[in-house]
Amino acid sequence: MERRSFLKATAAAAAFSATGGIAAPALAQGAAARTLRFVPQANLANFDPIWGTQYVVRNASLLVWDTLYGVDETITPRRQMVESEEVSADGLTWTFKLRPGLRFHDNTPVLAKDVVASLTRWAVRDPMGQMLRALQNELVAVDDNTFRWSLKAPYPKMLLALGKNNSPCAFIMPERIAKTDPFQQITEYVGSGPFRFVRDEWVPGAKAVFARFDGYVPREEKPSWLSGGKKVMVERVEWIVMPDPATAAAALQNGEVDWWESPIADLVPVLRRNRNIEVDIADPLGNVGSFRMNHLHAPFNDPRARRAILMALSQEDYMRSLVGDDQSLWKEMGGFFTPNTPLYTEAGGAIMKGPRNLDAAKKLLQEAGYDGRPITLVVAQDQPITKSFGDVSADLLKRLGMNVDFVATDWGTVGARRALKTPPSQGGWHIFHTWHAGADCVNPAPYTAMRANGDNAWFGWPNNPDIEAARDQWFAASDLAGEKAAVDKMNALAVDFGLYAPTGFFLSYQAWRKNITGVVKAPAPFFWGVSKT
Amino acid sequence: MFAYIVRRILATIPVMAIVALFVFSLLYIAPGDPAAVIAGDQATPADVERIRASLGLDRPFVVRFGEWVFRIIQGDLGLSIFTNLPVTRMIAQRIEPTLSLMVVTLVLAITIAVPMGVVAAWKSGSLIDRMVMGFAVLGFSVPVFVVGYLLAYVFALELDWLPVQGYTPISNGLWPWFQNLILPAVALGGVYIALIARITRATMMEILQQDYIRTARAKGAGQTTILFLHALKNAAVPIVTIIGIGLAGLIGGAVVTESVFAIPGLGRLTVDAILRRDYPVIQGVILLFSFVYVLVNLLIDLSYTLFDPRIRY
Repeated sequence: MERRSFLKATAAAAAFSATGGIAAPALAQGAAARTLRFVPQANLANFDPIWGTQYVVRNASLLVWDTLYGVDETITPRRQMVESEEVSADGLTWTFKLRPGLRFHDNTPVLAKDVVASLTRWAVRDPMGQMLRALQNELVAVDDNTFRWSLKAPYPKMLLALGKNNSPCAFIMPERIAKTDPFQQITEYVGSGPFRFVRDEWVPGAKAVFARFDGYVPREEKPSWLSGGKKVMVERVEWIVMPDPATAAAALQNGEVDWWESPIADLVPVLRRNRNIEVDIADPLGNVGSFRMNHLHAPFNDPRARRAILMALSQEDYMRSLVGDDQSLWKEMGGFFTPNTPLYTEAGGAIMKGPRNLDAAKKLLQEAGYDGRPITLVVAQDQPITKSFGDVSADLLKRLGMNVDFVATDWGTVGARRALKTPPSQGGWHIFHTWHAGADCVNPAPYTAMRANGDNAWFGWPNNPDIEAARDQWFAASDLAGEKAAVDKMNALAVDFGLYAPTGFFLSYQAWRKNITGVVKAPAPFFWGVSKT
Repeated sequence: MFAYIVRRILATIPVMAIVALFVFSLLYIAPGDPAAVIAGDQATPADVERIRASLGLDRPFVVRFGEWVFRIIQGDLGLSIFTNLPVTRMIAQRIEPTLSLMVVTLVLAITIAVPMGVVAAWKSGSLIDRMVMGFAVLGFSVPVFVVGYLLAYVFALELDWLPVQGYTPISNGLWPWFQNLILPAVALGGVYIALIARITRATMMEILQQDYIRTARAKGAGQTTILFLHALKNAAVPIVTIIGIGLAGLIGGAVVTESVFAIPGLGRLTVDAILRRDYPVIQGVILLFSFVYVLVNLLIDLSYTLFDPRIRY
C-alpha cells in the first residue's frame, strides 16, 4: 500500500468511528437518566411466577403483575387491587370488589373472571392456596368487578394468603393466560402492574427490560413494600445479568449500572470506599441457613442424633465463614422463625445458642447408636453459601467423631439427589445445606421446611404429628396472641424433635449509585418510588 | 477438489450423529434434575415430580432420543425447558457476541503472534527472541480471568478508557461494538498469541535453515522478502493448522471471558444451561460447536492447497 492511500484509509476509518459507525448513536443523556440499570441476584431464566418459584422470578413479576393485597413493612396485608372486602359472620364467605380503573397492559380491563382464573391457577402451586382449595366450596365472579370465595370452614389467613410476599404470590393475569396448566409455562406476559415486560428485548441469561405502563393507576396511600401507591419515576428498568460479582462491582463503580441487588460481602469494603456509591442492607427479613438431616436413615432417624447436632453446631462458625466479621450481618437463632419479626420465638431453643458442648453431643450420638458409618454430606460447590456451610459442617462432624463422606457437587445435582429416599450408600444422602429466605420463615404458612408430615414433608421427610397440630393451631388463630402461642409450641417441639438445624440468620447488602434515590430495605427490590438524576 | 469437499461434508454426518448420541446419553446419565431447579427450594417432592412429568422427563430414554433426533433432522432443536423459547432463537440471540469476540481475538492474535514468531526466529537466541518466548510462557501460564480482571481494573476503572462489561451489537455502530470487545479479546487472545508465536518461531527456524533460503540470500533478496515471502509461506501449513486447532481453545476460553466481561454469548448460555440442566439448550449448543469445529477443520485442510501447491485433493 502506498503512503497516500494508507493515510486516506486511516482518515476514512477515523471519520467512520467518529460518526458512530453504521447506525444508531449512543443513548442521549436524558434517555440514560430515564433508564435504571439494575443487576439482579440471578438470571431471569423464565418468567412465569406460578410455574417457577425462584425469587428472581418473583422479583421481576412484581413489576409486571399486581396482587389483590400486598403486605406492608409490618407484614400486614393491605388492599392493592381490591377496593373493599366483606366476610360473612360465620367466616365462610368472602366477597371482594375490585377498585375501578384497573387495566392490563393490552389495554383490556381487569375483570373478576380474570381474578378467579388467576387464583385458581395459583392455588394449585401455593401452600396457602392449596389449603384454600381444600376448604373451597366455590370461587366465582359475581359480576365484572366482584368475586366471591365461599369455604367449608373459616380461613382467618385469607388476606395474608392473597397479599403475602413469598413465592408464589397471588398475581393476577388475564383469564386467557391464567387458564394455562399450573405445571406448564405461560407464553404471554401481560399483567396490570406498574411496568410492562418488553418481550422483544428479553435475552434470557443476559437482559430483561421493563417499560413504564402509562395506564397504571397507583393507589393514593404511601408505598410500603408490596402495598400503597406504586408510582414509577423512570421510563425503563433494564435488568443486566452479571454472573461474576467482581464484574458487577466494577460496572457499578464505573457507572455502567446503577443498582446491584446482591454484592458479596468480600466486595462491600471496595464499594464503600467509592464516594459515588451507597451500600445498605437489602432485605431486613434476611435468610435462615439450614443444615438439613435425612430423618429416614441412621443415625439421623433417631431424634437424639439430630439433637446432638443442634447441641454441637456453632452458628457463629457458619456465619463467620459466610459473611466474615461484620457482626451487623448475622445473628444466632434460638428458634426456627425469622428474627425481628412478630412471631420469632426462642421457646425451647436453649440448646441452639450459647457455649457448645461437644462432649455431651458425642455422648448423645453414642446413645443414638452411631456406629461409625460414613455420613454422606452433599455440598453444592457452585453456591457460595452452601460451599462455606459444607466446609464448616465437615469439620464439625469430624470433631464429633463422625466418618464424613464429603460429596462435592453442584446445586443442580443436590436438587436431584436430595429428592432420593434411598439409603445414602445407594445414592441417597444424610445431610445437605441450603438456606431459606426470611420471608418464607416469618410464619408457618410458607415455611415448607418446617412441615413434619412424613412422606409429604420437605426433603428429609420429618414425621411428627404434634408439630403439624401446632401448625394447624396457628392457621386457626384469629389474633396475634393465639398465633404466638401456636408458634411457641411449634418451635419447642421442633427443637426437641431436631426437625433441622438452623445455621444462623444472615443479612446481605445491596449497593447503588448516589444519583439513585428511593431505594428501600425490603424483601424484594421495589422499583416504584425509585428515581435517577 | 469438488469431490473431496463433498466427501468431507458427507463425512460430517456420521461424526455429528455420534456427537448427538454421545451428548444425549451423557445428559441422560448425568446427575441433576431440571425439575428440581424449576420448582425452587420451597417445593415439595410431589411438585418436583409433577414438573418432571410435565416436561416429559419421566419418559424412557429411547422415546426421548427418537423424538429428539426426528426434530433435529427437521432443523428443530426444541424448546428450552426454562425459558420456553426455541433453542434456535436462543442461539441466534447469542451467536453474534461470541462470533464477534472470536473474530476480533483471531485477528488480534494472528496480527501480533505471526510477526512476533517470525522476528523471534530471525533473531534466534537474541534478547528479542528471549522476550518473545518469555511473553509466550506468560501467555500460557496466566489464566484468562486474571488477565481479564487486570485489564478491566487498569483500562476501565483506573483510566476510564473502555467499558468494564457488556456487548453492543455491530448494528449500533462499529466503534461502540469494537470498544466493548477490546479488553475481552486481549484477555482471551493471550494464550492464543503465545501458541501461534511459538509454533511460528519453531517452524520458521527450521525453514530458515533450508537451501532455498540460502539461495534467495545469495541472489540478493532483502530480509523482509526472505522472511515473509519465501519462509513464512512455506511455514504456513503448520501455523494454519495450529490456528484451527486453537479454535477449540478459543471456544473454551470464550466461556470464561464472557463471564468475566458479562458478554451475552454462547459460552455463558452453555454454562447457564449446564448449571440448570436445560438439556435442549446444552444439546443444541454442543451440536453447533461440534459442527463449527468440523467445518473449521475442513476449511483448514482446503487452505493447505493455497500455501503448498504440491498438496492436491
